[in-house]
Amino acid sequence: MIEYKELTKKFGKIDPLSINDYLQQDGYKMIRKAIKMGPKKILNEISLSRITGRGGAGFPVSIKMKSFANETGVKYIICNADEGEPGNFKDRYLMENDPHQIIEGMLISAFSTGASRGFIYIRSEYQNAINIMKHTIKEARKYLFLGENILKTSFSFDIEIRRGAGAYVCGEEFALIESIEGKPGRTRVKPPFPSQKGVFGLPTLINNVETFSNLPFIMRIGGREYNNIGSDFASGTKLISLSGNVKNKGLYEVSYGETIKDVIYILGGGIPNNRQIKMVQLGGACGVVIPQSLLDIQIDNERFHIFDSKIGAGALIVIDDRHDIFDIILRNMEFFEHESCGKCTPCREGHGQMVNLVKKFVNFQATKKDYLSLKSLANVIHETSLCGLGQTSPSSIISTMEFFPEDYEKRIEESVRRGQTNG
Amino acid sequence: MSLEKILSKYPQKKEYLIEILLDVDEDKKNHFISEEEVTTIAKHLKIKESHVCSVLSFYTLLSSRERGEYIIQVCKDVPCYLNDNFNVVETISKHLGIEMNDTTDDRMFSLEFTACIGCCENAPAMRINNEIFVSLTKDKVIKIIDSKKGGNS
Ligand SMILES: Cc1cc2nc3c(=O)[nH]c(=O)nc-3n(C[C@H](O)[C@H](O)[C@H](O)COP(=O)(O)O)c2cc1C
Ligand code: SF4
Ligand code: FES
Repeated sequence: MIEYKELTKKFGKIDPLSINDYLQQDGYKMIRKAIKMGPKKILNEISLSRITGRGGAGFPVSIKMKSFANETGVKYIICNADEGEPGNFKDRYLMENDPHQIIEGMLISAFSTGASRGFIYIRSEYQNAINIMKHTIKEARKYLFLGENILKTSFSFDIEIRRGAGAYVCGEEFALIESIEGKPGRTRVKPPFPSQKGVFGLPTLINNVETFSNLPFIMRIGGREYNNIGSDFASGTKLISLSGNVKNKGLYEVSYGETIKDVIYILGGGIPNNRQIKMVQLGGACGVVIPQSLLDIQIDNERFHIFDSKIGAGALIVIDDRHDIFDIILRNMEFFEHESCGKCTPCREGHGQMVNLVKKFVNFQATKKDYLSLKSLANVIHETSLCGLGQTSPSSIISTMEFFPEDYEKRIEESVRRGQTNG
Repeated sequence: MSLEKILSKYPQKKEYLIEILLDVDEDKKNHFISEEEVTTIAKHLKIKESHVCSVLSFYTLLSSRERGEYIIQVCKDVPCYLNDNFNVVETISKHLGIEMNDTTDDRMFSLEFTACIGCCENAPAMRINNEIFVSLTKDKVIKIIDSKKGGNS
């Protein structure tokens, strides 16, 4: 089997509501070990592990932690559990199945960087996860893993839950910070970065749920050993949210370097109803769309750079040959049109225009001129938007223009043939 | 729960605005924040009413417009779309006799779209108030809605 279960290995074996179950599986031993090691050594192990962020951007974790560790005064750690990117559900699984693992990860992070306060920002739609995390925090406090003088040391750290209110953009770090402060979730111009000036103007370290969940594992096997898992370009395991037209939809944990094809065919069991794959969207609505012929590509960010893209948070959306690329793109663009925070012009104005142009393709009313307008609009939004939302939203258009040029050509020809346009 | 009770749950700081608004919305049968509530909350947190309104209009889950007792939110994103072979929205729309973004005359149900609710492995999915329903079929959707009609939420 190509599964490599580390972060998910306790799933189903422990009762997520029971801290005793977690303790019996060596839970909270890694924060003990970390406290013994001291901040410098922990950061060194994390550096050696070469772990990158699992929330989408894939930034090296140790670099952010080290610069944050150098800041002084009251400092915050935020666990990003907004998980709004369509096609992703891994963070929900982590919260619902092994919540103490996340808390232990946050503790290791806080201890090694000198942070004393934490937030977990969870989207309101995840009511069950919110209930579980609230219970988990209470239990951890009761067992003195959270609060003042943790494990009878001078280390103090506590966590508060904050709920999102239905805004995808609040997964972006500065939008999230604004939201925690009780404001509309609109991003800020960087620099300063959150690690310098984040929530309430204080240094803030933001990482994804899966990123934090990796830290106890790194403490257990050590950074070097961790770096041996995965491919030459990316270390560790990755949770994959597999959805769409595939037999065994679900969550899988694999080491980096497995191919997309193996995940879809070996773990996913292939495509139902004797259908063929038309395309696969990588990462979610903001990801590129690739054809069947490219499925041999390995899962790691380095290789995904050929598409100027990333595996993102790990969604694979499989789309079979009954589907029209323009229907899919339209849904993506309508999503971004709705979710744009409106702060910068290309994103605020551009998505509506892209929706209108894509509709012409959907309705067989497209011209060559529409194609060129869509192409330039997509590139402008990609290049000039202020935050990651607009910078990545046109991916499905840009990539399908590259990998499915014949679909565009045929649609324009067919539009002309149907006489609904002037060609 | 009264508004006072909700306000007393949180420290009197403006950062708790969204938490408070979510609680009020959840608590009220018609799931919206009234003008009077905006005034009370603004006074309590010592912030401008216009700030409360800007938050209300920014977040999709908050509303300043009266809605039904049960807010049915159907996921419209790609993984659900790919697995929707009976048209969830049309099924509900026909069954309740309302269009998208409408509320039934008896104010029991509102029909809305939602972005992905992270249940794509069991698509298609929908949410009614704080409850999630997955692996929907035509029969299942109708049964769920009828069970709400019976009042046994
Ligand atoms: C529009 C947008 C939405 C995002 N949503 C999420 C999210 O839901 N969860 C998440 O962890 N990161 C999200 N991110 C990435 C965060 O900005 C940030 O990079 C991440 O939380 C850092 O954690 P990591 O380094 O551990 O991945 C989003 C970014 C953008 C631009
Ligand atoms: S790119 Fe879009 S979401 Fe990001 S700041 Fe600009 S308008 Fe807001
Ligand atoms: S796309 Fe519908 S739940 Fe994710």
